[in-house]
Order: sequence, then structure tokens, then C-alpha cells
Amino acid sequence: MEHFRNPRNVGEIPDADGIGNVGNAVCGDIMRLYLKVDEHEVITDAKFKTMGCGAAIATSSMVTELVKGKTIDEALKVSNHAVAEALGGLPKIKMHCSVLAEQALRSAIDDYLAKKKAKAA
Amino acid sequence: MRRVYMDNNATTRTREEVISAMLPYFGEIYGNASSIHGFGRAARVAVNDARALVAGLLGAASIEEIIFTAGGTEADNLAIKGAAHALKSKGNHIITSAIEHQAVLNTCKFLEKEGYKVSYIGVDEYGIIKLDELKEAITDKTILITVMHANNEVGTIEPIEEIGKMAKERGIYFHTDAVQTVGKLPIDLKKMNIDLLSMSGHKLYGPKGIGALYIRKGTKITPQMLGGHHEMGKRAGTENVPGIVGLGKACEIAGKELEAEGEKLTGLRDYFYKGMTAKMEDVRLNGHPEKRLPNTLNVGFKYLEGESIILNLDMEGVGVSTGSACTSGSLEPSHVLNAMGVDAAEIQGSVRFSLGRDNTKEDVDYALSVLPPIIKRLRDMSPLYEKPRKNPTLH
Repeated sequence: MEHFRNPRNVGEIPDADGIGNVGNAVCGDIMRLYLKVDEHEVITDAKFKTMGCGAAIATSSMVTELVKGKTIDEALKVSNHAVAEALGGLPKIKMHCSVLAEQALRSAIDDYLAKKKAKAA
Repeated sequence: MRRVYMDNNATTRTREEVISAMLPYFGEIYGNASSIHGFGRAARVAVNDARALVAGLLGAASIEEIIFTAGGTEADNLAIKGAAHALKSKGNHIITSAIEHQAVLNTCKFLEKEGYKVSYIGVDEYGIIKLDELKEAITDKTILITVMHANNEVGTIEPIEEIGKMAKERGIYFHTDAVQTVGKLPIDLKKMNIDLLSMSGHKLYGPKGIGALYIRKGTKITPQMLGGHHEMGKRAGTENVPGIVGLGKACEIAGKELEAEGEKLTGLRDYFYKGMTAKMEDVRLNGHPEKRLPNTLNVGFKYLEGESIILNLDMEGVGVSTGSACTSGSLEPSHVLNAMGVDAAEIQGSVRFSLGRDNTKEDVDYALSVLPPIIKRLRDMSPLYEKPRKNPTLH
């Protein structure tokens, strides 16, 4: 509830290194995750924008807190269960929201890696 | 913190007069109403008196046309399954609307598994049933038409007088789920050609766990709750005397207050909506602008999701509900808004405010003060919302 009441890291990163966009308006949740990554592959900043229920907002907030300071490799290991656990557990029917958070993170990381490849080419 | 309850379509606060009327029937007059002795007879009198009060509110010709049930859901089940089973030899087709309460829809789905055919008639963008489609759907195998008097989610009032007329002309039973309208809108059983009507106590400031089914004399119903011979042999089970007494009292008072309450609530509801549109953008009304329950205001807030809005309102002490998928327990969004053709994304951001006799102008002003900051905060967080650009003043 705390992460829903006072979500951390709401916003956008204008020159983000990786952006992940997941969800769809039909099921009611849309998550957009922005990552800033330095030359050592450490995530220096993460922000999010979410349209969704209480659990969606809380999991978005938590995922940004969990990945800040991690390397890309470490961040890839952050699973939806880790997010749910960090929040103190989620009711079964809301677990799909934590999956959305994991997918948003993967999507943002994929975007970063694709951009990196493009720069190197 | 101020607490403001605006979820009266879900349930209402049991009023003091009802509670006082019920209390003696727990500890003092506690006999089984079917018992022959004095303990039982005293309870029987109370049951009959309450039955007369319910019949009075509905305008039933005889008090024997009122059957007590455990609530609106049971009344719907009894009406629909009861009629379907009783008329099996006559036909197997039932017509209903796409926006009925789950108690009606799931009963129809159950009957489909038993081999009955059901037509679910669509509604227009305001939630009004498409009468011409209903007429087209009637066949010589149609035995029952069941359409709600007013919808619980958006408040739209259905043209049941026209439907009743259609049903009567073809000799088809007409049932209406009037759970949201008894005690709120005038009901004329004769004029509306209603054969069966469901009602629920806890929607009109009565207790939970009690309802009634009006069964017009001569209407065939196969009992669904079997056992003893209670309720004219139509619904077995020892009478819930305190509940019945409470329902009777609630009906008695509702009849007296119906008109005045209707006017007051309509005024408050419209004042509320006017305030919303003045303070917030991208707000839409779900439901018919005029043909709507006096107390119901279902509003769509674009770019947002309902549960997050109602949780935030709850943190400010305001209780409302939503048809968003996240709260429905099934992850399916509102079937009512869907049938009305509301955009899937907009259905998610819809919130239902249903006012009641306890609500005051101060309550509405309070809600109007806490709602805009919530909507703004959530919109700033939403990836779908683009902040409006400042109006260019320079050429």
C-alpha cells in the first residue's frame, strides 16, 4: 500500500537509454519504464509511468527501486516474484501485475541493448 | 477524516426505524411463524403485516402475491428458473437484455445448459434496450421475457411498460428485476403488465439477507427451494421473521418518501456532475442523461484505471465502486459498459457514485474537493495522458 500511496520514481527520463512499454488498455494496465545506464552498464536512474490498479502502480514503483544501482546483468535476474516479495506479497489475482513489471523491465533492457548495438554498428 | 458513503447501489445503511422494528423479533417474539401455539402465532401476525406493507408499496392486488426470499438474487433465480421449468412443455425460449445483473445472466446461462435457448438483446449507447430487436426476437416458443427496470451500474431506466405490453400481447410471462427501483421509482404492476418482480431489502435501507418475489396470481412457477410448505408452497424455509419485519418497515417508509427523496437526490446528483465537469477535463457520463435513477452517477475518467481512483478516494474517506476489470474478481471489465459500446480503455476508468438519503451537499462538496487532485495525480502518472500544451499567446 505504501508504494501505491507514495510511488517512487514517477516520471520520464527525456534522454533515456532504454524504454520499455508493456500492457494494453483492454486489461486495464499500461506500464512504461525509463532507464538511464552508464558506461559500466550500471542503472543509474529509473522512472516509470503507469495507468493501472493499485498493484500495478505499486509494482512499477518497486521495480524502479529494485534496479537502481544494479548492473544490466543483475537487473535481468529481477523476477516478478522478487517484486511481489519486496512489496510483502500480492494477492493471487494481482500477481499478473508483477509479471507486467518484470516484462516492462525486460522490454526496457532489450531496448537499451538494441540501442547499444545500433551505436556500435 | 470525513467519511462519505456513495455506494448505495451496492447496499444501503439500515435505517433506525427498521432496526427498532426488527429487534423484538429476536429475543421477545421468537416463535416459528408456522407453529400453532401463541409463540408462533405472534410471529405469524408480524409476517402477514409485513407482507401487506410490501404488497402495498408494489400495488399488488393480493398479499398472497408476495413471496419472501433471502434477497434479490434468490428472487431472480426463482422467477426465471421457476417460470422456465413450469412452462417447459409450452416452449423453451427466453429473452433478456445484455446488461442484466449477474443473478439474471448466470441463471439464464444455467438454463442454456439445460437446453433452453436465450436471446440477449443489445442496448444503445445510453443503455436503453433495443425494443425493435426485442420484438424481432420473439418466437412462438418464447415463454419468458426478463428485463431489469433500471440498471445498477449506470442507472439507466428501461422502457418496461412497452416491454410488458409486448409480452402480454403474445401471452409471454414478463419478469423484471426491480432491485434498484423498488422504493425509488413508482411501479404500477398493472399498467406495466408485470407478472414477476424481484426486489431486495438492503437496497432500500432495509436489512441484508431478505428480498421478495412478486408473483401475479395465476402465474405458474416451479418452486426452487424445496422443503416445507412455506410461502404458499412456493418457497420452503422457516420464515426470517426479523428480516421480513424489517423489509415491511423499509417498504412502508420508502413509499411515503419516494417522491421527495427522488427530487432531492436528482438535484444532488446533477450538482455533483456539474461540479465535476467544471473542475476536470476528459470526464464523460455513462448512462442516459434523463432516464436515469435519481441517485446514480457513473463517470468515465479518461486515461485512468478505476481501482486506483477508488483506492485513492477510499484514502480520503469516500466509498464508491467501479466496473474496472481489476476489481471485478474475474478480470473482465463491466459487461454493461461494454454492451453500451463504451471504448475498452474508457470502461477501465469508470467510477460509480450512487448517492443515498444520508448524503448532503457538504458530502458532495467534500468529494468535489478531493477528486480533482486525485485525478490530476493519477493522470500525471499515466503514460496515456499528454499534458495540455499552454495556449500560445504570442503570434
